[in-house]
Amino acid sequence: MFTPDVDGVTTPVGETDDDLIQLLTPTGERVHHESYSPRVDHLDRAALEGLYRDMYLVRRFDSEATSLQRHGELGLWPPSLGQEAAQIGSGRAMSSRDYAFPSYRELGVIWTRGVDLRSTLHIFRGEDHGGWDPNAHNCHLYTLVIGSHALHATGYAMGIQRDGDVGTGDPGRDRAAVAYFGDGATAQGDVSEALTFASVNDAPVVFFCQNNQWAISEPTQRQSRVPLYHRGRGFGVPSVRVDGNDVLACHAVTSEALERAKAGGGPTFIEAVTYRMGAHTTSDDPTRYRSRAEEETWRRRDPLDRMRLLLEREGSPSEFFAGLEAEAEQFGAEIREYCHTIAAPPVERIFDDVYATEQSQITRERTWLTEYLAGFEEVAS
Amino acid sequence: MSERAVSDQDRQGDQGQQGGTQRLTLGKAINLGLRRAMERDPKVMLMGEDIGPLGGVFRVTDGLQKDFGSDRVVDTPLAESGIVGTAIGLALAGYRPVCEIQFDGFIFPAYDQITTQLAKMHYRSRGKSQVPVVIRVPYGGGIGAVEHHSESPEALFAHTAGLRVITPATPADAFVMIQQAIACPDPVMFFEPKARYWDKAEVDLTAADELVGGPGAPGDVRATVARPGTDVTLAAYGPSVTTALRAAAAAESEGTSIEVIDLRSISPIDFAAVADSVRRTGRLVVVHEAATFLGAGAEIAARISEECFYHLEAPVLRVGGFHTPYPVAKLEEEYLPNLDRVLHAVDTVMQH
Ligand SMILES: Cc1ncc(C[n+]2csc(CCOP(=O)(O)OP(=O)(O)O)c2C)c(N)n1
Repeated sequence: MFTPDVDGVTTPVGETDDDLIQLLTPTGERVHHESYSPRVDHLDRAALEGLYRDMYLVRRFDSEATSLQRHGELGLWPPSLGQEAAQIGSGRAMSSRDYAFPSYRELGVIWTRGVDLRSTLHIFRGEDHGGWDPNAHNCHLYTLVIGSHALHATGYAMGIQRDGDVGTGDPGRDRAAVAYFGDGATAQGDVSEALTFASVNDAPVVFFCQNNQWAISEPTQRQSRVPLYHRGRGFGVPSVRVDGNDVLACHAVTSEALERAKAGGGPTFIEAVTYRMGAHTTSDDPTRYRSRAEEETWRRRDPLDRMRLLLEREGSPSEFFAGLEAEAEQFGAEIREYCHTIAAPPVERIFDDVYATEQSQITRERTWLTEYLAGFEEVAS
Repeated sequence: MSERAVSDQDRQGDQGQQGGTQRLTLGKAINLGLRRAMERDPKVMLMGEDIGPLGGVFRVTDGLQKDFGSDRVVDTPLAESGIVGTAIGLALAGYRPVCEIQFDGFIFPAYDQITTQLAKMHYRSRGKSQVPVVIRVPYGGGIGAVEHHSESPEALFAHTAGLRVITPATPADAFVMIQQAIACPDPVMFFEPKARYWDKAEVDLTAADELVGGPGAPGDVRATVARPGTDVTLAAYGPSVTTALRAAAAAESEGTSIEVIDLRSISPIDFAAVADSVRRTGRLVVVHEAATFLGAGAEIAARISEECFYHLEAPVLRVGGFHTPYPVAKLEEEYLPNLDRVLHAVDTVMQH
């Protein structure tokens, strides 16, 4: 049961929550669930190791970026520490033809879309607003305005319907969209409107909400008096709550939701209960609003730890873990090196791509600035 | 996102102290102004995202929830349309809500409520409904932030009749103007120059009380002469006032005397103050961070050309942002009206 806490202190959703889908406990034991277990039973040890590797490398990238920010190489960094299972589990459930609409903390998701994670450094180094080609990866750019992309995902899904790519029964053809957003985002009008549009249109879209307990300093209870997955139900959207630190459960519920969407069954709302273990961004000071004890409680539910325990139980050799560590070391070094090579863009970039075709106002201003700056060079030479 | 190194605001400067002059940052001056307004009027309340225990991402509301309680300093859900829309309702019920929008680029979910409802409530009720809502917006660039955190949307609101749009440039003004805004019976868009939050200056904490109820205030914020001069008038507001003052100091060493006008209000604009100055100097350059295209400077240039045609020795020039989205942080120095660009415009008008 969900008990709203009026004191504003979060009561993390515990393992006793009956509605919470969980397939792997924090101590690495498998839990049987009648409808969801079959969705991950086919994963052999190599596949499980693959999921662990995904989470491990994404975490390594995240910690490297956090320290690059600390060294002044990035203006800002939003850590995804703690949310790897929700992102990798759901992301790996998508096919290459599905389309993801991430928010701004979705390293794990864009990793599963094949986006080079280093692209994100360009954004937070103040060098690019986007960083990758969305259509090359079926992965939209990060969206910083909270909740607005939930509508884009829904509209994209409506496009899929109109293209006839839903309910054909051909897995090579059927497609869906997935929108990623946080618990705070559910308060935005845009998210409610997205649920309405998705619902009345039976749009093939999955709303994947990572309830990481905090919207900057505000606990989820400041956004909602009901569990977030009940929100979806109010819009007529089937909704499920999953242990967001359990990569297998996240994978299973997302794959079910995608299957329904692609079959023409309409949208699903998934609330992945997880925790943002780091600060909101590197500018944030979480000690102002949450307790050490709370952080400790969640540290014991670390998504990587439980997967490692499972792998050890299933017989993954120590060489696997050692190899992964070496790979991550190498990866970290590459990230650092790469970050230093990102140069400031040329000044003309200010004027590029404002419009798809030439616009006289822009041309005039570009010419003015170019000539003005050239004047300085003449003076200098 | 909460962005960009927002270290704790200067914590010295006594919160409870009622009078005297103190050296304060602009952020702290607003904090004390809010505090004073809340003490003066129990109907004043604050609402916004993260303004409670965190004190806002810029710490402008630091300590206020602790002292006034969570009914008067409300951490709202993450919903800007909700913040402004409910503030309108609260104002109709007799409260004086002061809303914080976390960053300029996030005001647009509330744009509908502000422009279609808040701005027009008094007009359509033929004066029967007053909506004294203040909307505080940290705005402007120069802090190396990511997308949507450096914008200057003031003209969009100034273009909407029914809203007052004001912006302080100094800590002393910030302290007084926030209190005037709250006392004003009209809705006020209060744009805070975020790049100046950490600038420190003397603030007279006694003067405010008269000024809040003084002549012209709170309805009509007048421009001030931030620095007198004789050759060129630089009209600026918000973050650009500091740039203009630096330009004036630099020009002085080359023998050009610049008068800097701090507009303080974008709607209404104190055209008389600008015209007075231009009649003396014969030259005008308007500086702001927002795009020059259809920006506040365009209005000033047109009006001054009309009113001071025979006094002008040169065309009115504008120095501002380009007609592009606010660029990436690595290019903002070239985008912003910096010292060089302002001096370039000054040289150009001086050559006429
Ligand atoms: C429309 C809008 N308002 C405010 C912000 C500032 N902001 C950035 S992140 C954030 C909290 C988001 O919380 P949540 O949706 O739970 O996502 P999380 O950061 O926890 O992943 C806020 C208020 C924003 N980016 N967009």
